[in-house]
Formats: sequence, structure tokens, C-alpha cells
Amino acid sequence: MTSASVAGPHAYLQAQARWRRGEIAFWLATLLPLVLTPDYLVLASQVAIAGLFALSLDLILGFSGIISLGHAAYFGVGAYTAGLLSVWGWGEPLTGLLIAGLAAGLLGYVTSFIIARFHHLALIMITLGLGLLLQEAANSASWLTGGFDGLQGINTWPILQKFDFDLYGYTAYSYSLAVLFIVFLAARRLVYSPFGLALRGIRENGQRMPAIGAPVYSHIRTIYTIGAMIAGIAGALLAQTTETVSLEALGFQRSADVVVMLIVGGAGRLYGGLIGAIVYIVARDRFSGLNPQYWYFWIGLLLIAVVMLLPNGILGGLALLAQRLRAKS
Amino acid sequence: MAAVFGMLFDGVAYGMLLFLMSVGLSVTLGMMNFVNLAHCSFAMLGGYVAVTLMNAWGWPFFATLPVAFMAAAAASVVLERLFFRRFYNAGDLQQCLLTIGIVFVSIAGAAYIYGTDQQPVHLPAYLTGSIVFGGMEFAVYRLFLIATASLITLVLVVGIETTRFGAQVRAAVNNQRMARGLGIDVDGLFAVTFALGSGLAGLGGALAIEMLGLDPSFALTYVIYVLIVVSVGGLGSIAGTFVAAMLLGISDMAGKYYIPALGSVLIYLVMLAMIMWRPTGLFGRR
Repeated sequence: MTSASVAGPHAYLQAQARWRRGEIAFWLATLLPLVLTPDYLVLASQVAIAGLFALSLDLILGFSGIISLGHAAYFGVGAYTAGLLSVWGWGEPLTGLLIAGLAAGLLGYVTSFIIARFHHLALIMITLGLGLLLQEAANSASWLTGGFDGLQGINTWPILQKFDFDLYGYTAYSYSLAVLFIVFLAARRLVYSPFGLALRGIRENGQRMPAIGAPVYSHIRTIYTIGAMIAGIAGALLAQTTETVSLEALGFQRSADVVVMLIVGGAGRLYGGLIGAIVYIVARDRFSGLNPQYWYFWIGLLLIAVVMLLPNGILGGLALLAQRLRAKS
Repeated sequence: MAAVFGMLFDGVAYGMLLFLMSVGLSVTLGMMNFVNLAHCSFAMLGGYVAVTLMNAWGWPFFATLPVAFMAAAAASVVLERLFFRRFYNAGDLQQCLLTIGIVFVSIAGAAYIYGTDQQPVHLPAYLTGSIVFGGMEFAVYRLFLIATASLITLVLVVGIETTRFGAQVRAAVNNQRMARGLGIDVDGLFAVTFALGSGLAGLGGALAIEMLGLDPSFALTYVIYVLIVVSVGGLGSIAGTFVAAMLLGISDMAGKYYIPALGSVLIYLVMLAMIMWRPTGLFGRR
């Protein structure tokens, strides 16, 4: 018996929530691109945005076990909301971010009533179908979204009327990183709360949870809404920092990409999505000369390899390695 | 009126193709609960095998069809032995990821070998053109499609309903554990069914080139339609798959004929409504 389980659930949660040295080192390291590789800040801000998006999926898929093949829908709604706000004359980034998050959260809340009721193939088909439906609808509503050509004329105002978006991405990266960090803190708080523990219980066995008094449906609805909101914020960040939104923002490819990132990094771990996003985006940049179709050849192989050999992703593999080393010594 | 019949005719032909490509997945999903998103990769393989035999080796169209069937079946057996069988007891997510990985690899492989262009198909002269009947034109190839698929459906239904093998399949779909308890070799049965289903998909892929075209994105585009058919029809139900394939074929055609601006919105809406109404599908029991 560890001392934590003797001391009761609150002490257990507190012990889990303690900041580890590795975490502090990780967040300090995220500042390095600003100093060391100023040429790659645009890429770094893409990593931060993808990491935020993967984090939102992690809450839903990794921690609560709800499979989603259509998560880009919320990302896209956030991106289009922020983009449209700017086109219609309100380019203030922080409120834009907030409104985009709320819009995506609203869609998440509405759809969560459907999501919570289904499992297995029906759930896969519903998330896939909702994503495709939204993509088709955005394509058809070209008067609103610009259709295939994308949304034109986005202009993001300086942050706090002071920091203008520059060509090199100093502002973009600092802004994305700051948003990522703040949302991460909230997600971390949530995961290590009793609610977060209940979510993991639902993931492990959704039928037994009601027996200990956990309202499974409302928990799933809550976390799904939160996940959608964070995805919307990530989408808005992309729209504001790149000042373009295209249909690709809510396509199936993006839904698949984010699942790949999360799985490669390690689902059900707070840093899984972030590590996965770093690996994925940096690798894609390295191989950018490659035809995108061949890029997906390697992604496919990677997926097969990860599922076969590293079912818990890079972080899961590292944790296992650390455990074995400790057991030996 | 003629336009409505023309639309129905095209829809039925399209639905038949969807049925051929879906029925294998429906049965294997019903039996093993294995979510195989790579099912249309086998269909695509069948298509490319047929195209290669026709264009590079000059084979006649009809001779390529059995080869397309065999190639897809053989490929599915290899993949099943290598990968799939390790994941029958894994979660949905693991199965989805594994098979999406295979879809990506197959798309990239097809693009590498054949490029991203649509593949041409050379039909024998008696399958091209159209015949006029009762004042309406019918494309000969689509008539041929409907006839072939109907024949296969008939063989399937009779095989499942009357043979010993069919009875075992039905038992395994109905209750896998009970079937095992009765001494049925479910794993062997599954391997055979899987190969047959993939072979049918390969045949469907070869037959589909003329109507749906063939390029590397086929594996991803049509697996979505196939999944819609399977989930709306109900797992393991041949009749359900048939009805759902017809519904999807006809309503997709109707959408393309009458409200092209909506794109596929209509299809997805109908599918979502159907799944919400009957989560186990029209004819599904689980």
C-alpha cells in the first residue's frame, strides 16, 4: 500500500497533481525557439496550435474513452468564427478567441447529447458523419465561408493593441504558446480533479460507474463540450495567426491527423498530444519536399507500427522503459 | 417521368455496386466486431488489378474479374494473418487506427505505382452504348451491373440460407461464443468469410471503374459510403445491407440529379437520422 491510498482520495489527487521537474523543464524548453531558432517560429506556432488541438482530443478520447473521427468540426467552427468576426470588422484577437471558443463549445454541447448515447460503430459513424456533414455544409455555403477558395480578408488587430503580428512569427508563437499554456493549466487542473478521476472511470468501465454514483451521461456531455471549446480556441488561433481559413480546417484529414498525433504521443496522458504534435509537425516540415501522398505512406506505416508495438504511444513506451529500469536497479 | 426512371435506374446500379463492396464488411463486422476501415482498399486493389490486366496485358474485361476477386481475397488473407487477427479483442480505437494506417499506405502505394489520374477502362463493344426500351434509354453496362450483382446476391442468399457453411456463419454472427461452444471453428470460418467478403469487394471495385472511376482516393472516399451502408443496414444482415445499399444508391443519385448544390449533405443527414433512430441498423439485432 502506498501512503497516498491510506491518506484518502484527496491526498491521492494532490500527490498526482504535484508539478514534476520534467514538466517544468518541458515548459521552460518551449521558450527556447524564441532565442535559439528564430527562423522557425512560424513552425513553432503551428506546433503549439496542433498541440492545443491534440490536448482537446486527449480530454475526450484519451481520458474519457470517447472515440471521435470528426473532431476537426469544432476546430473548423472556431477557425471560421474567428475568421468571420475579423472579416466583418472585429479583428480584436482575445475576444475573438473567446467568442470562437464559445461557438465551438455551443456546437459541442448540442452534439454531446447525441454523442453520449452511442458506442462502438454507431459512435464512430456519428462523429465521422457530423464532421463530413459540416465540411459539406461549409463547402455548399460558399457565400459565408468562401467555399473552396477559403475565407478572404482576415485582418487580426495587434494583441492588447500593442503587439502586432510580424512576419517572423515572434508574436504568433508567443501568443499561441501563452494560450496553450493557460488552457493546459486548466486542463491539468481538470484531469487531476475528482471529475477527471470519474472520467477515467468511465473510460475503463462506463457501466459500473453509475453504481458508485457517477452520472455518466452528464459527465460525458460536460467533457465533450469542454473538448469542443478547446478545439475551437485552437482553430481560432490558427485563423488569427495565419489570417486564412480554408475548408481544410474542418476536413476529415485534419480529424485523422490529430488522432495520429495523439496516438503517437500517447493518449490518456496530458503531454501525449503535445509530444505527438511536436513529432508530427516537425517531421512533416522535414519531409515537406515529399508529395503529400507519400507523406501519408509513412504516416500509415507509423500508425501500424505504433498500434502494434507502442499501444500507449511514445510517452507510454518511455514510462514502461523507466519502470523496467527501476525494477532492475 | 422518364427522368425519374432514369434516376432510379442509375441509383439501383449504383446501389448494386455499393452492396457488392459492403456485404463482406457487414458479415465480418457482425461476426468479429472488427471495425475494418480498410475494406475499400481491397476494392481498390481489385480495380487496379483489373485495369492493369486490361491495359498492360490486353486481357479481355471478363477475364480480369475473377483475378480481381482472387487478388483482393489473397491480399486480405495475408493482412488478416499478419495484422488483423491480433486485434480481435482490442478496442475500437486500436482497430480503427490500424486499418486507417493500412488505408493510408494503400492510397500512397496506388499513387506511387499508378499516379493520381483516373484509370481508363476498356469494355468490350457489346457492353457499351445503350438500348432503347419503352421509349427510355438504358446504358448496357449498368444493366449488366444490375444483372451481375443480382446474381451474386442470389447466390449469397441461397448459400447463407441453405448450406452448412452458411448456417455456421449465421450462428457465428448471432452468438459467437455459443457457436464456439457448439464446436464451430469460428476463427477458421472467419478467415474464409473475410477472404470471400474482401474478394467480393475486389470484384465490386473492378466493376465500379466504369461508373465511379478509379484513383487512389477511392479507398477513402468509398469506405465512408460502405460504412454508411453497413451501419444503416445492420451488422451481419445481408438483407439489411442490400436495402441500405439501394437506399443510399438511389438517394445519392436523386441528390445529384435534383439538388446538386447540396452535395452530399443530404446523405449524411439521412445517415445520422437513421443511426439515431435505430443505432443497430434497420435489420440489426445488436
